[in-house]
Amino acid sequence: MKIHEAEARELLGRAGLPVPDADVATTATGARAIAARLFATGVPQVVIKAQVLVGGRGKAGGVKLASNAIEAESTAAAILALTIKDLPVRRVLVAPASTIIREIYLAALIDRTTRGVLVMASAAGGMEIEEVAAKDPTAIVREVAHPHGGLLPFQARRLGFGIGLRGELLKQFCVIAAGLVKIARESDADLVEVNPLAVVPAPELPGGERLICLDAKVTLDDSALDRHPDLAAWRDADSEDPIDREAREQGISYIRLDGSIGCMVNGAGLAMTTLDLVTRAGGTPANFLDIGGGARADKVAAAMRIILADAGVKAILVNIFGGITRGDEVAKGLIEARAQQERTVPMVVRIVGTNAAEAAVLLREGGFETAASLDEAAEKAVALAAAGGDK
Amino acid sequence: MSILVDQHTRLVVQGLTGREGGFHAGQMAAYGTKIVAGVTPGRGGELGLDGTVPVFDTVREAVEKTGANTSCIFVPAAGAADAIAEAAASGIKTIFCITEGIPVHDMVGALAIVQQHGARLIGPNCPGATTPGVNGLGAKIGIIPASIHLPGDVGVVSRSGTLTYEAVQSMTDAGIGQSTCLGIGGDPIIGTTFRDALELFAADSATRALVLIGEIGGSAEEEAAAWAGEHLKHLPRVAFIAGRAAPEGRRMGHAGAIVSGASGRAIDKIAALEAAGFKVAASPTELPRLLIEAGYTKR
Repeated sequence: MKIHEAEARELLGRAGLPVPDADVATTATGARAIAARLFATGVPQVVIKAQVLVGGRGKAGGVKLASNAIEAESTAAAILALTIKDLPVRRVLVAPASTIIREIYLAALIDRTTRGVLVMASAAGGMEIEEVAAKDPTAIVREVAHPHGGLLPFQARRLGFGIGLRGELLKQFCVIAAGLVKIARESDADLVEVNPLAVVPAPELPGGERLICLDAKVTLDDSALDRHPDLAAWRDADSEDPIDREAREQGISYIRLDGSIGCMVNGAGLAMTTLDLVTRAGGTPANFLDIGGGARADKVAAAMRIILADAGVKAILVNIFGGITRGDEVAKGLIEARAQQERTVPMVVRIVGTNAAEAAVLLREGGFETAASLDEAAEKAVALAAAGGDK
Repeated sequence: MSILVDQHTRLVVQGLTGREGGFHAGQMAAYGTKIVAGVTPGRGGELGLDGTVPVFDTVREAVEKTGANTSCIFVPAAGAADAIAEAAASGIKTIFCITEGIPVHDMVGALAIVQQHGARLIGPNCPGATTPGVNGLGAKIGIIPASIHLPGDVGVVSRSGTLTYEAVQSMTDAGIGQSTCLGIGGDPIIGTTFRDALELFAADSATRALVLIGEIGGSAEEEAAAWAGEHLKHLPRVAFIAGRAAPEGRRMGHAGAIVSGASGRAIDKIAALEAAGFKVAASPTELPRLLIEAGYTKR
């Protein structure tokens, strides 16, 4: 689950890491009040940032500066009227604009190759880390945190020295790096990224500079949300499609695509393969849908509702290889769903494995179009969708 | 011969008294697997599996009293990583974890304990492994349906569940049997990788050909391909990769199945496998034909 910058900033702040003195507003007048408070502390400019869960918001006009509270209000109003990549902007973060001397990249993430929490740092902050990796892989330094102890002090120092930090900044960097790993572990985050970690003027400190986490991106592990009800409450329900929400609540793994053949499959690998074979047969899949293991009739009916909610669906392919899942339960669910559904779409059903014989009887009695092999099922579904499209 | 599971397996089922654990233990026993113990904390002293298998409170006790050498875990996700660590710390050397949805940070900690004790973990979020046999002389651990198998000499390794069943069924239908069929799991952090599995098969005299079933996400298929290209030149090898049609940036059901930018794409995996001498199928149903084309002959 992705969380907004504002909440990511809050996680960092709670952990005692340096973050801007910012606040969130849902209205232009709210933004003005925050800006007024910041200007009263002697801030020369504020930055107003759209809170949307997509990249490229700066280019889309979602990040703007303001030099006084009135300007902040009109700027916030303009940003709150935006829709960025189909997502309406409902909140803005208002923060002091910083004088940036230099930008650093720092992130802690789950790494499948080292099978641990990998910490990556680069002196080339501000740009995407993939870009840095492509241009100059040696510019990125890495450490794998201890599996039980987190990022150890010597590891943090190696990272800091590795990107050329010394003295006071090195000390601050080590605290922040260890802090990101601690946040990742304690909040069950797959990714805690600070970009940029900015070097800003600090006349009060020896060396005259300090580090601040200017922007942060955090992704939480969906499998661990149950034990973090406070973090789960940060789910942005506004940017979640109602159909996606129903699928999530039913325990169905659903991804909407833009084709015409609705797919219902058990198992993620087989569901992906079904999309591949539909594509290979010349069709376009309307969705990825995995009903999971051991699905009962009611879940099958829910999956059918979810598929049919997509008006682009012209045909449906049901592909079930029973293991834990019983074929007759799926057949019953299909019959139940057909009795309830408002829209009729041609369907081809393939059920093999556990209780396939019982399923075959039910499907035959129900007059369903069936297929023996996966390839045949994909071809039939493509033909049905094409015929439906001609009507 | 075979890998990981055979007639010498003495299995402890962690979570035997649960619904899934109990059902699948019955299936495993019916196929010929020796189940010697169950573990459910607080249920020690009971008998599981129709009164035939003793249940213990701890894995240590199960190992001491029954000589269990392999574990299969059906514990719910919140406690599964701890169950893995307990098995490793109790001297179990081969640990299968079927549980899906284990928090990934829990796995980082558990895997470190597995490695510290010199144990091997398969999974999590995997269907297990089967070494086919006839008349109750096979052995299987996990949830793969017994009916799809045929004893033989082709090793199968896969990241998926039902997709594996599909592939194995098509082999069995074509009269091509399996030495061992192994599901390594679809999570980002797993104990046994494709490459590890290929190394095990390479050392198994009963395996004369290989089927690798991968999917989008990560680079485990590429790493395995590089190793196979060097070390498995003598074995006919075929592969299938799921997710050619998957969009970028979306997690396709499995936590690990995601294309991020140019990383984890099906086309790169297919290219790496082909460069390493694998014949790559466009559909799982093509695997039997490709095996023959790769030089495999049925015995």
